[in-house]
Amino acid sequence: MDSSHALAAHAASPAHIDTSTGLDSRKMAFWTFIGSECLLFGSLIATYMAYKGRSLKDPYPHDIVVNGKFYEGVLNIPLTTFSTFILLMSSVAMVFALYNVQRGVRKWSAFWLFMTALGGSIFLGCQVYEFTEFYHEGMTLHSNLFGSTFFVLTGFHGAHVTVGVIYLITLGVMALKGRIGPERTLNVEIAGLYWHFVDVIWIVIFPLVYLIK
Amino acid sequence: MTSETREIVHDQHTHPGWRFYAVIGVILLVFTALEVVGYIGETKGWYTAGAAAAIILVLSAVKFFSVVAYYMHLKFDNKLFTGIFVFPALLGCLVIGGMILLFHVLHGEATALHGDMTPRAEVVAPQ
Amino acid sequence: MASTAAVAAPHAPVVHAKEPTGLWSWITTVDHKRIGILYGTTAFLWFLVAGIEALLIRVQLFVPNNHFVTAETYNSLFTMHALTMIFGALMPLTAAFFNFIVPLQIGARDVAFPRLNALSYWLFLFGSLFLNFGWLLKAAPDSGWFAYAPITTLPYSPGLHMDFYVLGLQVLGLSSIIASLNFIITIINLRAPGMRLMRMPIFTWMTLVTSVLIVTAMAVFTIAVTELMFDRIFHTNFYNVGVNGVGNAGADPLLWQHLFWMFGHPEVYILIIPIMGMVSEVLPTFSRKPLFGYNVMVFSGVLIGWLGWGVWSHHMFATGMGPIADSFFALSTMLIAIPTGIKVFNWLGTLYGGSIRFTTALLFSVGFIALFTIGGISGVMHSSAPSDLQQSDTYFIVAHIHYVFFGGTVMGLWSAIYYWYPKVFGRLLDEKLGKLHFWGTFVGMNLTFFPMHFVGMFGMPRRTWTYGADQGFTWLNQLETVGSFVIALSTLVFVINLFTAWKRGRVAGNNPWGAATLEWSIPSPPPAYNFREIPVVHSRMPLWEDDPTKSAGIPHGRVEEETEQWTLAGTPVGEVRDVQDENKMSAHDLGIHLPPPSFWPIVLAAGVTSIFVGLIFRRVDGPLHNLWYLMFAGVLTTILSMYAWAFEPGH
Repeated sequence: MDSSHALAAHAASPAHIDTSTGLDSRKMAFWTFIGSECLLFGSLIATYMAYKGRSLKDPYPHDIVVNGKFYEGVLNIPLTTFSTFILLMSSVAMVFALYNVQRGVRKWSAFWLFMTALGGSIFLGCQVYEFTEFYHEGMTLHSNLFGSTFFVLTGFHGAHVTVGVIYLITLGVMALKGRIGPERTLNVEIAGLYWHFVDVIWIVIFPLVYLIK
Repeated sequence: MTSETREIVHDQHTHPGWRFYAVIGVILLVFTALEVVGYIGETKGWYTAGAAAAIILVLSAVKFFSVVAYYMHLKFDNKLFTGIFVFPALLGCLVIGGMILLFHVLHGEATALHGDMTPRAEVVAPQ
Repeated sequence: MASTAAVAAPHAPVVHAKEPTGLWSWITTVDHKRIGILYGTTAFLWFLVAGIEALLIRVQLFVPNNHFVTAETYNSLFTMHALTMIFGALMPLTAAFFNFIVPLQIGARDVAFPRLNALSYWLFLFGSLFLNFGWLLKAAPDSGWFAYAPITTLPYSPGLHMDFYVLGLQVLGLSSIIASLNFIITIINLRAPGMRLMRMPIFTWMTLVTSVLIVTAMAVFTIAVTELMFDRIFHTNFYNVGVNGVGNAGADPLLWQHLFWMFGHPEVYILIIPIMGMVSEVLPTFSRKPLFGYNVMVFSGVLIGWLGWGVWSHHMFATGMGPIADSFFALSTMLIAIPTGIKVFNWLGTLYGGSIRFTTALLFSVGFIALFTIGGISGVMHSSAPSDLQQSDTYFIVAHIHYVFFGGTVMGLWSAIYYWYPKVFGRLLDEKLGKLHFWGTFVGMNLTFFPMHFVGMFGMPRRTWTYGADQGFTWLNQLETVGSFVIALSTLVFVINLFTAWKRGRVAGNNPWGAATLEWSIPSPPPAYNFREIPVVHSRMPLWEDDPTKSAGIPHGRVEEETEQWTLAGTPVGEVRDVQDENKMSAHDLGIHLPPPSFWPIVLAAGVTSIFVGLIFRRVDGPLHNLWYLMFAGVLTTILSMYAWAFEPGH
């Protein structure tokens, strides 16, 4: 075949993606990255579960009697339920953001991107409050197994949320300037994949750490 | 994998509108509330620990699936993406399940001191 | 028209027009070929370093009650020998081949994410330098490469040794994960038209399997090491059992072992599966017949990758996990021997009935088959838990390890170097020196490692600094030390060969071996753009299609069905051609757009490394302690370079 035939064929179907599978490489790379993160968080959660219930001293996550003495659990279920709700709502906001980017609606794209970031920030704020309360009750990285495993697991998750918030604010600012249109759907879609994945990890952490004893 | 699979990203005609995703969002909230009810129930003695754990895990599994399949669009995208996600996700479950099994269920000599989930106040390290 | 015969070598190697030279062009390169050369050179240098560490170990063990090195130094020697070999030499050498060869084999112009590729290299360079920096402070890691807790926790390892371990390995882990992600996407998405998955060269297939293993297993290792880092630097309790019961937080030493071996076992498959792919390329070329049972070879490779996740606790038979766990892992380990054994038969089947040319590359591949099989046999002996209880922690295991790592991975890598060096540098390695290298290595290797089976059975423990004169280990150890120096001399011959061939070797031409896969259809060394036109592929062995003596049995597709996709990444496609006169035109002349070089990969790598370098200063007392703020400089650099990268023009 000669190049003129090739060019003509190419011009006839501009929307097709030029790879062996027809799928975008960046999206595929991001899913692969998410796969790797499954193993990362899986190992952290596995560590938490291996040590669950084996702390030799207080503070403990839930109310418990040890050697005849009662210890009150440090976990604040109402607060965390609230922050979980907020994180879930931020995922909905992300869906709306993508929806508007696909339609090229600049104002609403920016709005929902910022709302998603806001949801993430409130979640982080709740975590910061939660962690300082724990600290005042004597729970540190060093106090016992629960302290170590809890702070490192939720801390890693929180770090991922933080990166996500920065990412979303960046996209939000770009959207305000009109630089996120339908041609950049993939960028927002990938940000969405990241954000929903962070939410999914919390969907696993919340019951295992907070709700199940 | 040939070049036959040309995916036009986000074909508006076959994919659901925003209302569908809002409904999923409501379901996620309701299920979370139900999980917390399961927790409260266990605290107050309505359910046993095992039953509560089962309820909570099933609910969260449904939430997990909903977010991945719908919000992350896996259900509507090329099956390759599903494969790329499911393989490591299953491995992650293997890691978590394996550790729970090895540390809490199977009791070898090395884990004899930590046979169950009750915390001890004083344990002397093995000599 | 496909080229089938070895092409008569031109008078001089190809010189490509307008390719940039100079240090800056190497620092900013995003070309997979250059990155491959960088990986290969750096890794080979680390191989020599790790080899010297091995020689020092062998000298120390030459006579009983020796004091050639102190016990503390000895601990660092065997730890660093393993770490440098695995993370500094073997994995990056395979990465060098992934980088250089895979895009050529699939008919692509580069990998999917060229800047990310460069980032992986710089992270590798900085990480490996950091890991070895401890030597300068007499604080090289010293608790074994497997670094069992709690000996690696602060009370038992108060020095900086294991801090270099935890910090350096996190950088190296990142490097590997990023690189493998790139290769997975490249192989799935950037294949030339007509190259279906079951038409890919077997080396490319094995690269895909290995990359999936790395992307999953390395994440688990990262967590194990990160938890140890948190214990040492932020005083968490993941592995904290206190000292003599005081300060015990209730940690379980087995946590580290499980997490480590969940990574560690897939790691050994990461080290051997690419080699299996390389050998599977060399054998058909020099037998002049296709690989026997290609489909089975692909499936067994995938199966080994999958099953490799279910065997990890066979490294822990002596830890008292209990009979159920022991039985499960013994069975799964025995099971995994099956696909491995199948591969051996297929290699033999490839050679059988072939018209064999005994080049050095072939000799190393045949040597690989023999030695890896021996290593596999001792491996099966370990798979039985009761039998392993005798072998564990003795030299019997050291023998097994080295038969599979040296007899397997290293021999296979040397075979690949003799095979592909002409493609990379345009000149052939000297065959006479090559054969000397081979026989010296083969004899030296067996002399060094075979006696270890016996000395292990006689009771010599691993990682032992010295031994008594009355234990009966002496003459075997002396044999082993002599053998190690034979290996060293042979390696010296290899180094001489590599250097002298670079400028003075026989010019190679496109296809000196008359091989079948796409990389041999372009000049040696290839031009920056690889293929002037992306080839269309009709079969598994494109350059042998027209030769009935070689192509019998290769499935062959119709021309029409492959040419549906007219372009690949915007470039026109064409048939496989024997292009002799490519050298005069640059990418620009041909209208080919290549990704521009970039400064940000090295900057980002420096930023990420600074984070970990900064953390080590937290463990240092005195005025230097304040240097830990370097960590924040690292975080800032990382964030800023990520932004600069994302908004870089031209990408």
